[in-house]
Amino acid sequence: LVATGVGAKTYRRIRFILIQNRAGKTRLAKWYMQFDDDEKQKLIEEVHAVVTVRDAKHTNFVEFRNFKIIYRRYAGLYFCICVDVTDNNLAYLEGIHNFVEVLNEYFHNVCELDLVFNFYKVYTVVDEMFLAGEIRETSQTKVLKQLLMLQSLE
Amino acid sequence: MPAPIRLRELIRTIRTARTQAEEREMIQKECAAIRSSFREEDNTYRCRNVAKLLYMHMLGYPAHFGQLECLKLIASQKFTDKRIGYLGAMLLLDERQDVHLLMTNCIKNDLNHSTQYVQGLALCTLGCMGSSEMCRDLAGEVEKLLKTSNSYLRKKAALCAVHVIRKVPELMEMFLPATKNLLSEKNHGVLHTSVVLLTEMCERSPDMLLHFRKLVPQLVRILKNLIMSGYSPEHDVSGISDPFLQVRILRLLRILGRSDDDSSEAMNDILAQVATNTETSKNVGNAILYETVLTIMDIKSESGLRVLAINILGRFLLNNDKNIRYVALTSLLKTVQTDHNAVQRHRSTIVDCLKDLDVSIKRRAMELSFALVNGNNIRGMMKELLYFLDSCDPEFKADCASGVFLAAEKYAPSKRWHIDTIMRVLTTAGSYVRDDSVPNLIQLITNSVEMHAYTVQRLYKALLDDISQQPLVQVSSWCIGEYGDLLVSGQCEEEEPIQVTEDEVLDVLEGLLVSNLSTPVTRGYSLTAIMKLSTRFSSVNRIKKVVSIYGSSIDVELQQRAVEYNALFKKYDHMRPALLERMPIMEKTASNGPTEIVQTNGETEPSVPDTKHPPLVTQPANQANDLLDLLGGNDVVPVIQTTLPTKPASAGGELLDLLGDLSLSSGPAPAPSVPISQPPFLLDGLSSQPLFNDISAAIPPMTAYSKNGLKIEFTFERVSHDWTKNLCGSIIDLCSIVQLSQSWEYAGRRMSYEADLAGAVFYTLCVPLLQTFQLQLLSPSSNIVPALNQGSVTQVIRVLNPQKQQLRMRVKLTYTHKGSPIQDLAEVNNFPPQSWQ
Repeated sequence: LVATGVGAKTYRRIRFILIQNRAGKTRLAKWYMQFDDDEKQKLIEEVHAVVTVRDAKHTNFVEFRNFKIIYRRYAGLYFCICVDVTDNNLAYLEGIHNFVEVLNEYFHNVCELDLVFNFYKVYTVVDEMFLAGEIRETSQTKVLKQLLMLQSLE
Repeated sequence: MPAPIRLRELIRTIRTARTQAEEREMIQKECAAIRSSFREEDNTYRCRNVAKLLYMHMLGYPAHFGQLECLKLIASQKFTDKRIGYLGAMLLLDERQDVHLLMTNCIKNDLNHSTQYVQGLALCTLGCMGSSEMCRDLAGEVEKLLKTSNSYLRKKAALCAVHVIRKVPELMEMFLPATKNLLSEKNHGVLHTSVVLLTEMCERSPDMLLHFRKLVPQLVRILKNLIMSGYSPEHDVSGISDPFLQVRILRLLRILGRSDDDSSEAMNDILAQVATNTETSKNVGNAILYETVLTIMDIKSESGLRVLAINILGRFLLNNDKNIRYVALTSLLKTVQTDHNAVQRHRSTIVDCLKDLDVSIKRRAMELSFALVNGNNIRGMMKELLYFLDSCDPEFKADCASGVFLAAEKYAPSKRWHIDTIMRVLTTAGSYVRDDSVPNLIQLITNSVEMHAYTVQRLYKALLDDISQQPLVQVSSWCIGEYGDLLVSGQCEEEEPIQVTEDEVLDVLEGLLVSNLSTPVTRGYSLTAIMKLSTRFSSVNRIKKVVSIYGSSIDVELQQRAVEYNALFKKYDHMRPALLERMPIMEKTASNGPTEIVQTNGETEPSVPDTKHPPLVTQPANQANDLLDLLGGNDVVPVIQTTLPTKPASAGGELLDLLGDLSLSSGPAPAPSVPISQPPFLLDGLSSQPLFNDISAAIPPMTAYSKNGLKIEFTFERVSHDWTKNLCGSIIDLCSIVQLSQSWEYAGRRMSYEADLAGAVFYTLCVPLLQTFQLQLLSPSSNIVPALNQGSVTQVIRVLNPQKQQLRMRVKLTYTHKGSPIQDLAEVNNFPPQSWQ
């Protein structure tokens, strides 16, 4: 993974967040590092390949190039966060779950179609909880409050 | 023109497409419509169009023509426009396009907007994809927002500042004043992001680190409040209050406490408290515990705390959740060198993990198991590891086999056990064994003189069963070639000798030559083995016939060998016995592990009788007095020694035993080195063997000691084994080459050296001057240094320097020269900087 720009050293942070379904369709791709479009596409395909062959006997952590991916499967969707090798796996696993719970509340028992038709809203949720490759807000109540406020402005 | 279709409609339509081609068609049609709509500069529907474009972009279609439209949306006054505009900017633009600079002004205005949500949007976008130029321009605005009272904005501003610092590190200073009050926030979100900001600053700049060290007490207090304060519904996760904040604070404490005693001490209590009080039934608690363990390991904690941390990891290993087991194994691997004893206590749990279902857990368990093997547990551990080797996936077999060999070489309790273990590996995972293990094994077998009969018998039996595993076949054929006479004479002591005739043996070897399973290399081995048997067996005619057949083989290597052997039979028959006699014991090279290429005499023709030193068998002598001498008042830790050379008082007897085994014939016998009690012969042919074929170019060699003609030179090599890769530090091997360069008159006769003692027996102790690294001395190549640079004695010293401290060493030399004992003490300070950095 060669990223351009300063700040691409091995400091800990999130490199990207992906939500993919089993077929490989991307429902959300949030990048916190610079990549070309074809690099992004390649990454998406690679992550999909790596993550879908694993099942319940495997851990939720995969070594990926010189980073690692923390992922969890919810129904037909894979939520993947790509972090540095030295990051705390378990904490990010909790972060994923936190995020999914917020989505669940916001969309009232979220399903994949919700994410498809409201993709721009999903990005808003991501941006409320993560910023600059770090977890920003962890309180579900606060995030939901903000989201509702934003919604009222539409 | 009709209104462009709504986003939902588009999505629904596209989803009805049944093939890729149909979808592409729909998208192209819609893109065309959107393009013409853009051309009309329609403000009302721009937002809708861009949203549709973004959806299509997410499906993987190009959408770059919408970039400028995003900018127009950002400049609009409507919130919905801005929202989609910024999203578009984040998805479609990146800093490589010049277009993005046009955003700078818009963002600047929006950062000062009256609505916090607009400000938030701007901060978010800047924080995600702001380029260096944008960051430079807008850093001031961000800094202002960092000081605002609005907590929603402060959170975003803090992380945006993190991004700015990442892009333009020089701007870090600018944010310093704003950080003054960050930690006194009550708002968890702000606190969290502030900790992240502080962490980023400390990681990037050592000055900042020093500056912020004074925050440690405050951080400790905050953490304490979090744990004690009980229920806080907003940030509660499964009963633990704000675990994310706890984890981040722990990480910051780690960075602040690293290599600083005072800060580490201030943290000791709270770390112990977190470690003991956190609820472990769910993943959340374990996440905090894990971060705590990482922190304890990294700072200068007291040993009791470290043991607590390792015990936590041990408990993790018993957890049902495989994620937690994985995480524990990874951490244990990192600490196994420094806290070896504590980790040893959990050995049985670790070994159980070898049977886990997950591949990555198995791999880590294997690496950790190898790291834990020592002289005491070798038998038990090897049993488990061999069982693992039997049943593991092929991807592991090569590494496991190499690891087994290495461990066996270091800690084998007896020769027989060693040979048995090797046999087991060869027969179960023979085809996965690395190619360079074959020469290693051959050398090992050669040196275990008393086991020759047993070894060749077992290898022969293995060959009868299975000839498909090439390394096994190669080692076996080599052995049969060397010790075939022992095989047919039925001399084995260790087990029931088998009855086998010469013809049966030759059948097997010839079978290898013709078998489809044998590689060319293997065929070479067998041909040479057959040839060697011509001096050990009586059926010479049969051998002659075989050899002559292969004189016309298609394989060039085989043909060459056969032709040369034929020539031996015909023209040089008088030399044949000498050439084909038993291999002498090979000079023991340092155990650098299977990844190094070892120089041996393997299977090549012994065209010149090699006169090498048999290694004098050594026993560790009582070093106590000498260590105290060297230590003399400094706080120096004695070196860990594997074996040391002793005065070879008993060596004479063993040498004679060795000589008895060698099948000496009428040809020139190899001149063995003789201990000091007898006059030494001229040691011809002993050239200084470089132990490392490729000396690491990065570290230049150095002269450590040079006095009275005795010179000690150090050459360096970095060692990397797979399973010590996790070690954060360097392991280098020092090869110390000792030479005697004093020139004496050569009196013209070979025997003149006996009076002027040409060699020196030496005896060194090396002690590192600092406590922070460890030395391991491996046995030297010999005890006698020949004179006139005729040769040298080499000894490998392995240096573990995890903290990358400058290397210094004190060397004490005790040797006899011209009959009189000499002692000398020297300090070695001139290690090249590359050796410890």
